[in-house]
Amino acid sequence: MECVFGLVGKDFALVVADTSAVHSILVHKSNEDKIMLLDSHKLMGASGEAGDRVQFTEYIQKNVALYQFRNGIPLTTAAAANFTRGELATALRKNPYSVNILLAGYDKETGPSLYYIDYIASVHKVDKGAFGYGSYFSLAMMDRHYRSNMSVEEAVDLADKCIVEIRSRLVVAPPNFVIKIVDKDGAREYGWRETIKDTQVPAA
Amino acid sequence: MARYDRAITVFSPDGHLFQVEYALEAVRKGNAAVGVRGTDTIVLGVEKKSTAKLQDSRSVRKIVSLDDHIALACAGLKADARVLINRARIECQSHRLTVEDPVTVEYITRYIAGLQQKYTQSGGVRPFGLSTLIVGFDPYTGVPSLYQTDPSGTFSAWKANATGRNSNSMREFLEKNYKETSGQETVKLAIRALLEVVESGGKNIEVAVMTKDHGLRQLEEAEIDAIVAEIEAEKAAAEAAKKGPPKET
Repeated sequence: MECVFGLVGKDFALVVADTSAVHSILVHKSNEDKIMLLDSHKLMGASGEAGDRVQFTEYIQKNVALYQFRNGIPLTTAAAANFTRGELATALRKNPYSVNILLAGYDKETGPSLYYIDYIASVHKVDKGAFGYGSYFSLAMMDRHYRSNMSVEEAVDLADKCIVEIRSRLVVAPPNFVIKIVDKDGAREYGWRETIKDTQVPAA
Repeated sequence: MARYDRAITVFSPDGHLFQVEYALEAVRKGNAAVGVRGTDTIVLGVEKKSTAKLQDSRSVRKIVSLDDHIALACAGLKADARVLINRARIECQSHRLTVEDPVTVEYITRYIAGLQQKYTQSGGVRPFGLSTLIVGFDPYTGVPSLYQTDPSGTFSAWKANATGRNSNSMREFLEKNYKETSGQETVKLAIRALLEVVESGGKNIEVAVMTKDHGLRQLEEAEIDAIVAEIEAEKAAAEAAKKGPPKET
């Protein structure tokens, strides 16, 4: 029931993910951050098997950092996407990772971009993308309302519309979402959309 | 002693590892490198042998960063350095991946020294022909450190040290003139040590400064020239002061 979706706006890209960590019928936590900062100007939202998700995205993150130390310049978003895809493809017919990834980045020369990388290593450069059961609703919502060069407010508004749809129409909808944005000033958290907050219960 | 122990790293009858000692010779022929540890700043300086006119000097970087908080300078065989630096960079990221912590300076020094030692005890390989100066800040305590490794694989921590050509003169200078410094004073001390053995001028030395907040910063030629000018002025003033007072009687 994991939901990850993202879109490209005017000089920025947005990635939204739910924040519940679930094991069968138990919700371990509702504030699990599934959107990793790959480097200063890249976001990697991932969904899939919990172990694979963390292991694989951290592995990609460290390799992106290593590239930067070896070569003195950071990887472009396209290069990072292709590297990620290559790692998934190599493992695919031996020991596959079950991770779906939306990679958003901002490059000085080419601006914002979003890459859809699924668990069998297909890569597509897209303006909007989504994974999981939530994609049925968020993709439909984005198809209806998305325009190119949206402002941050318009894009977040669209993201909120998608979240409302997911919450109302998905049978086991995740309660909380996190929104992250990447633009020329870097990748950072934009905000949370919570319906369930962890409150401290006073000790007996 | 028989000649067999010169080609591979096995002991000679009188307990020497000739290959390691020859590697140290290679280091002694390499360009001068100096490192100075201050209270909040660490400085690495390397002699830049005159670059050929047609060579792009930007592609010859002698002070490199291994991670956000660790830098390295070396003296000796530069090709060997590339291999060691690459392995160290991979280890820095691998450490972050497996224990979710950046390496400490001591850890990565131990790793590099361990690598250098391995090549003194393996068949068919020769030791790395370089000594390294490794600097950095501890990721949690923020304490600055300076370490040195050599081809035998030994390492130790220093307040200030030099390696490569004329390292003895530089070390003597540092022993005489070292005191706890911070900020620009540390940079000046490092450059003064280097100027003992190198022709003065911004284009003959490469200097990098590491601080806790800004990481590694390579100084521009103009900046180095300015500091060199300051140092020369101070030296001239000191000379004049020495000669001055006796005449006042």
